[in-house]
Amino acid sequence: MEMDTITEIPDDEYILKCTSACAGCGDSLTLRYVLKAAGPDIVLVMPAGCTAAFQGIYPKTAFTVPVVNIAFGAAAACASGISRMFLATGRTTKVIVYAGDGGTLDIGLQALSGAFERRTDFLYICYDNEAYGNTGMQRSGATPLGAKTTTTPAGKAEVKKDIDAIIAAHNPPYQATACASYPQDLFRKVRKALTFRGPTFIHVLSPCPPGWRYSSEKTIEVGRLAVKSGMWALWEREHGNLAISAPTKAAMKKPVPLEEYLSVQGRFKGIDGTTVEQLKEQIRETFHRFREEEDRP
Amino acid sequence: MTGIQKHDQAAMSRPVEGSAGLTGSWRVFVPVVDNEKCNRCGICSLYCPDAVISRDRIIDLAYCKGCGICAHECPKKAIAMIREEK
Repeated sequence: MEMDTITEIPDDEYILKCTSACAGCGDSLTLRYVLKAAGPDIVLVMPAGCTAAFQGIYPKTAFTVPVVNIAFGAAAACASGISRMFLATGRTTKVIVYAGDGGTLDIGLQALSGAFERRTDFLYICYDNEAYGNTGMQRSGATPLGAKTTTTPAGKAEVKKDIDAIIAAHNPPYQATACASYPQDLFRKVRKALTFRGPTFIHVLSPCPPGWRYSSEKTIEVGRLAVKSGMWALWEREHGNLAISAPTKAAMKKPVPLEEYLSVQGRFKGIDGTTVEQLKEQIRETFHRFREEEDRP
Repeated sequence: MTGIQKHDQAAMSRPVEGSAGLTGSWRVFVPVVDNEKCNRCGICSLYCPDAVISRDRIIDLAYCKGCGICAHECPKKAIAMIREEK
């Protein structure tokens, strides 16, 4: 644990006590550090999702930064409009979309692709709890292979959609992945993303106690096991150049057995051996791809 | 302030503490800090999803939901989760 980085993070909190998020919510923790890194001069654009639902009950909100609540598929389009207006009027306020995996990988994908193609100056953050949490854990494009949700009671038969590759195809100046269990790393990446002009993207794994079926105190541990086992990788890509973050570098050298990550979560209970092997093969492939990309001159 | 009134017509919420009620009432287990064991590292406050632990390790029990992350992550095992009688 790097002590110095804790003190570098400002004490300011931009969410008042308390949202109605579940106890131990990984998304709340993610948002806390996103806002610490971004500061008060921002506009958050939020499609439907857990975060939109836990802001508070109208006419009260726990958020002290401006939030635009917008239809599920429209977040990036709305952000494009705001960003263009700020550009026209010379305002330096940052536009940040804070959307879940449903609002990013599935429903918001078209608007997201459009905004990246138009080179909208904004930061798009996807907090990924790998299902539609707010409506009761239905499978999404981000649900990993073998995970049980209410709509895949026998475990999902398809693999997780690689949204980061889709974003990479748009050649953004900066894109990164993060995890709620590594708040210092997340803080640094958000700060960095906001220094770029143009569309930037951060994909954050946010463990979800009720959805992933583990007890609430294990949120940090589960996220850490995701990274240590290789199920989730931490990296950043600046103008196309890949840099693997330290925890994933360690995992590439010596990953913890995937079973340690799977066994703490009820959503992987009873997963069969073939599926586990498929997941392990995916991890090996990802690490192989990273090594090749890093070695490229 | 005509602009703000216009926004109000578009259903605007305003920030206030306790917008979702006193979430401390959700709690089943309450975190209790042993100040003898605590070495003031600040990891509990770093990982608290709802930022109810201040830098000087005062836990706001009106809002603490009792998730137990602080106790689970404490490297000195200085926080115990005790079942609360209500």
